[in-house]
Amino acid sequence: MRTRMIQYRLILSVVAVLVLGIAGRAQQTEFSEQHRLNMESHVGNMTGHATTGAPIYKRFCIGCHGELGDGAGENAQWIDPKPRNFTIAIFRCRSTPTGTLPTDTDLYDTVGRGMLNSNMPPWRPLQDQDRVDLVAYVKHFSPRWVTEKPGTPIVIPPEPPVTADRIKAGRVLFQKLECWKCHGVTGRGNGPSAPTLTDDENRPILPFNFHDSQRFKCGSTDAAMYKDFMTGLDGSPMPSFADNVKPDEAWELVMYLRTLQPDNTLEKQIAKQLGLTPIDPNEPLPDNSPAPSAPAQQPSANPASPTKSNNSGY
Amino acid sequence: MKAQLKIAAMLVTLLLVATVALTHAPKVTASANGKITGTVKLDGTPPHMKGIDMSKDPYCAKYHANSPAQLELVVVGKNSGLENVVLYISQGLPAEAAAQKPSTVPVFDQKGCMYTPHVIAMDVGQDYKVTTSDQTAHNIHPEPDPTTGNIPWNRSQPPGAQPIVLNWKAPEVAIPVKCNIHPWMHGYHVVVKGPYAVTDDSGSFTIENVPPGSYTVTSWQETYGTQTQKVTVAAGQSASANFTYKAK
Repeated sequence: MRTRMIQYRLILSVVAVLVLGIAGRAQQTEFSEQHRLNMESHVGNMTGHATTGAPIYKRFCIGCHGELGDGAGENAQWIDPKPRNFTIAIFRCRSTPTGTLPTDTDLYDTVGRGMLNSNMPPWRPLQDQDRVDLVAYVKHFSPRWVTEKPGTPIVIPPEPPVTADRIKAGRVLFQKLECWKCHGVTGRGNGPSAPTLTDDENRPILPFNFHDSQRFKCGSTDAAMYKDFMTGLDGSPMPSFADNVKPDEAWELVMYLRTLQPDNTLEKQIAKQLGLTPIDPNEPLPDNSPAPSAPAQQPSANPASPTKSNNSGY
Repeated sequence: MKAQLKIAAMLVTLLLVATVALTHAPKVTASANGKITGTVKLDGTPPHMKGIDMSKDPYCAKYHANSPAQLELVVVGKNSGLENVVLYISQGLPAEAAAQKPSTVPVFDQKGCMYTPHVIAMDVGQDYKVTTSDQTAHNIHPEPDPTTGNIPWNRSQPPGAQPIVLNWKAPEVAIPVKCNIHPWMHGYHVVVKGPYAVTDDSGSFTIENVPPGSYTVTSWQETYGTQTQKVTVAAGQSASANFTYKAK
């Protein structure tokens, strides 16, 4: 009986050593691209497979994003902004916090929506299933999808009703958070820091011009814009404001930015009734917000309240 | 059969003894640890550091009205000492010493539209803190190499912003940090495994808590790169290592 037990134990330990050895090997090969071809993606109840996505990628995406997914396709040299480099897995349009991987749905939405002001078109002609498969293939380019999990999507509370007070509060935030330093006092993307902005690969990049379009880089809804502040557009100069902006404030900012856009929205009508003018960085901030103590920003010579400013720089 | 069993039993015992010996190796106590001290100097005329034009942001310009800001690519202090040089042990550190991380929290402050200090060093997994003393908005944007395991991020830092406390997951020499709003703002986070030191304004440094042994010490300077030196530390003793960079 006892000898039996020992024999079993011996056999068990041999098996354990073998299994561990094989597992170790598997871990090593996870970093090889070939191995990652079993990558999957999940959007709604659809499942995408990298192997199915490969031929679609080779037909539609390879020209810009390149065979290796590094954004160095043969067309890339003629394109600005440059195609995304999938090997580092850093993406602008995410529902997840700055510094984290996007969800499969985020990538799926980007493929369907395209990227505004870039050469990336909306790939709506592709079937939904094709786009899910493409997402799996895009993910297989970076080992980060093996070693990391996507971030937890931020919570977007329901948008409160648009009111004059909220729009005015948004205008104060636009000044207080110094959005104008890049986006300009009128939101035309011509702030003092705009000419020197570069992306993560040190290529010049333009801040968003709100007067250009009713859409934004990562979607056209108010919630899409809310997401832009709270997640930041990774790889670009646009930071995440999640540490410093409360959900209510983010909605106020959305409402104010809607007044700058070309379409005739409720926000724009209210702004017209209020006679809202572009912000003036030299004006003091209203009392309820912590005012900067530096005299450089608030010369006492100008006591006018922000809403009555007569700045003609619009 | 009996003989085979005996051999198997002996093997198992041996394995057990070996694992126990490996996992319960004698711990190196802090009192026996030595240190490495020295200075880093610049040989030659320090290169001219260009002034920074901060006129685009009146707050920054006013802050430096009486003390013009300069680039910090090479900062030379007393006795030709090189400031902001990071020293760390690149080879020879026992796994246990490498796994220990200091409980201090290096602070990276945004002050006068510059990073103070210009370079901070830290251990893998050691918390660091980003603060802002400025009354103008910054964004803090570290750009590590994402293939190392350190992931770039980008957060706003308006006046009065709460400090950010984070750590880096992998060793990386060095992670550039920038502010997109103020393009002249550049700094570095140097992430290493094990004890480290950063030189002060006279170029001197002390790497504390080094267990006795023979090591390769590496110095890193953002413009001149790295140098290495072999150093042997005796128990409880101070070993010396001096580095000299040629001015270019």
